[in-house]
Amino acid sequence: MAQVTLTNVKKVYFGGVEAVKGVSLEIPDGGFCVLVGPSGCGKSTLLRMVAGLETITSGDISIGSRVVNQIGPAERDIAMVFQNYALYPHMSVYDNMAYGLRNLGTPRDEIDRRVKEAARILAIEPLLDRRPKQLSGGQRQRVAMGRAIVRKPQVFLFDEPLSNLDAKLRVQMRVEIKKLQRALGVTALYVTHDQVEAMTLSDKLVVMNGGRVEQIGLPAEVYKKPASKFVATFIGSPPMNILDGTIDGPGIVALGDAILEVRDLRQDLAEGTAVEIGLRPEDIEIASEGAAGTLPFDVEFIEELGATQLFHGQLAGLPFVMQAATDTVAAQAGRLWITVDPDRVHVFDKQSGARLGRS
Amino acid sequence: MVEDRRLGDAIAYVILTIGVLIVAFPVWLTFVASTWDAATIINGQLPLYPGPKFFENYYRILFIGTSGTTREPVLNMMLNSFVMAMAIALGKIFISVLSAYAIVYYRFPFRMAAFWIIFVTLMLPVEVRIFPTFKVVSDLGMLDTYQGLAVPLIASATGTLLFRQFFMTIPDELLEASRIDGAGPFRFFKDTVIPLSITTIAALFVIQFIYGWNQYLWPLLVTTKDSMQTIVIAIKKMIVTSDALTEWQLAMATAMLAMLPPVLVVVLMQRLFVKGLVETEK
Amino acid sequence: MMKNAYFSGLTVPLLLLLPQLAITVVFFYWPASQAVWQSFLLQDAFGTSTEFVWFENYAELFKDPGYFKALINTAIFSTFVCILSLSIALLFAVMADRQIRGAEIYKTLLIWPYAVAPAVAGVLWIFMFDPSLGMLARGLASLGVNWNPRLNGNDAMLLVILAATWKQISYNFLFFLAGLQSIPKSVIEAAVIDGARPWRRFWTIVFPLLSPTTFFLLVVNIVYVFFDTFGIIDTVTGGGPSGATETLVYKVYSDGKGGSNLGGSAAQSVVLLVMVIAMTAFQFRFIERRVSY
Repeated sequence: MAQVTLTNVKKVYFGGVEAVKGVSLEIPDGGFCVLVGPSGCGKSTLLRMVAGLETITSGDISIGSRVVNQIGPAERDIAMVFQNYALYPHMSVYDNMAYGLRNLGTPRDEIDRRVKEAARILAIEPLLDRRPKQLSGGQRQRVAMGRAIVRKPQVFLFDEPLSNLDAKLRVQMRVEIKKLQRALGVTALYVTHDQVEAMTLSDKLVVMNGGRVEQIGLPAEVYKKPASKFVATFIGSPPMNILDGTIDGPGIVALGDAILEVRDLRQDLAEGTAVEIGLRPEDIEIASEGAAGTLPFDVEFIEELGATQLFHGQLAGLPFVMQAATDTVAAQAGRLWITVDPDRVHVFDKQSGARLGRS
Repeated sequence: MVEDRRLGDAIAYVILTIGVLIVAFPVWLTFVASTWDAATIINGQLPLYPGPKFFENYYRILFIGTSGTTREPVLNMMLNSFVMAMAIALGKIFISVLSAYAIVYYRFPFRMAAFWIIFVTLMLPVEVRIFPTFKVVSDLGMLDTYQGLAVPLIASATGTLLFRQFFMTIPDELLEASRIDGAGPFRFFKDTVIPLSITTIAALFVIQFIYGWNQYLWPLLVTTKDSMQTIVIAIKKMIVTSDALTEWQLAMATAMLAMLPPVLVVVLMQRLFVKGLVETEK
Repeated sequence: MMKNAYFSGLTVPLLLLLPQLAITVVFFYWPASQAVWQSFLLQDAFGTSTEFVWFENYAELFKDPGYFKALINTAIFSTFVCILSLSIALLFAVMADRQIRGAEIYKTLLIWPYAVAPAVAGVLWIFMFDPSLGMLARGLASLGVNWNPRLNGNDAMLLVILAATWKQISYNFLFFLAGLQSIPKSVIEAAVIDGARPWRRFWTIVFPLLSPTTFFLLVVNIVYVFFDTFGIIDTVTGGGPSGATETLVYKVYSDGKGGSNLGGSAAQSVVLLVMVIAMTAFQFRFIERRVSY
């Protein structure tokens, strides 16, 4: 097992396109790191550089204590699960899993033992003689996993492995991947654009945008203290409301006529500085009319989600969404007075989008 | 990929360059021969670079012809080849677009029978039934005519199958939408099917033009008059006579001119050509 | 193979089909049935009388050593042309599939011989290898090689094989390249991660995945060698010397040309017809069953 370290890794393509603009990252041994971001943010390129499928323009990648920049994919002691699984269509499931071991010259009975072991763990023993074409999407996914685990690699790499599955299967496989990684104790690097996958799987979450890392942290940290407006709106569903406001004193922001208390706010900001204020739909509470720190919210329509309801409308002239458990708020259009716990008010720089927190 | 590519890439360049040379050498030699005089060639002294007679030889062959063998100006033969190639290409597109439309978009009693009647002709080139076909053409008085050159070669299933395959990929919803918009079979064909098929039509045209231009055995049989010859069969006539009479420089110039139009089509319309080739064969 | 949305009616579709059906019947079915009919007839030397002789023409054919020779020539010719043109084209395609600069230009430079008429290709090659004036023939002579395709049957066969291969490489190259490019990149990458070196990767992953293309090309090449090479043989050797390069199709032509042996020529046509139909049927069955993933 091994830790993975990236030091200022960059990727520039032929035409001068900078896909990855200097990423540093450390994944501890046995850790599960998820790279998440919109498409084109460089996350897949980064993963492929760790795999050795893309060359590194500058910087260092090391696996264990070894810098692998110049080492071919096969020698990096990694295994990868591809988005489209990339199973060998002309080989049986058994041969698909055995192929890598055969290339290493592993003895036949050892190969057999390991393939059967992997098949047992993944519950695909009855499928060993089948061709990939004869398998369902979920089964193919398992075979791809099996191909990765028979190698007993130092690192698992996952490139959006669940995006070709339907929603139900995706949830199920997500749980299995996490269990398997725990059980095997292998370091994992996982790329996805799905924030739910990212939150649930990771013990280290990396949010990327435009070739840069926006934030690295525990999933809960990233959710509670997003480092930028981008992270704030990318993580969380429905996305965080962003409103225009100004600094109105230490720990206080003004939002139109109303003011809000903020616990985590830099002290050195001049009064009157224009900022953006982020409020998560699920953090909004109903308040009594006219109380201090309340905001008027004009509800226009309500979406029923079952357990919760989404109230859509306008706040200070901007679109605003509030989420509330069903039946806790009267589901009708009209004015509501709302408030937010000072711990849950996020303030961002108007220009850079950076969080204006204390540290 | 992180893999040492230098050696592999170098090998690739060497092999591809050798390939290009192998492919190009015979043509280069032909071009060189077409720019020298007969004596240089017959003595076996042909150099590897072009000579001084380029304009003289090409002028002579295009507008006057050889002195011994075919005597027709090659320009006239190129015109024959062009008419034949165009007739085959356009004729095939015309009949196969119509028949494919009928087979795909209509239900009628003899639909499958019609499909199989056409389909069976898929893999049987004209060479197999050459003399009986010749007899039919001759009985119909079509020897030494453009119809006689072109029409029998149009009878094949490739075009129909290509269009059928393409029409099958047009979503049913388009027909349903057209119907709702009040279009009948003719309007749907004209306003929807044909515009969607343009690249397929163009690709088939490229392939069939080359096919038509390059025909050999068939024009050899159905043309008896020199004025109806195509350029491809004329070359053979220029060199069959005993060596001394063969005006090699003119025969080689004719060969260059025979290659020029179809090669230009391939190089200039490479994308359509590749599409046509790959799809007609599926 | 049916649309769920369609028109109905009978007159319109029949009118649409009419041009193709008419041409097919007049220039395909009628001559083909004539060929079958003629293959049962025997004409006397002067063409004055014909007699219905059942399978006599076929019996004659299979007794004719010339026909067997043509059969064997065809077998040798097609085997060599297929193997050579397929393997050379595959080599070029694999090289052109590498991500090298200028790959597109190489592609263009390799595909244009497709456009050269077989008859013209034959002329190019006889010009290089003509024993008296051909540049390469002279080169061979100066090396002490006794080369004369006009007299030596093996030399003649070799020359038509080379010319036919030269002409066919571009076609095979194009299809192999398309086949290579349709292999998902991630499968190759998976093999790289699985530790397969380039050589092994090619034989265990790429080549098997290319087998539908290879099989398709094999059938197309056989048909090409059977029929489309007529122009090459006619310009390079004219079937000679003494029938050394006479293939089945060439013999149909040369036997029927003078009109002296129309029955025999027709019988040969019918045999060829059956061979091609068998090959097509085989291809369709095989393709459906095996070689698609």
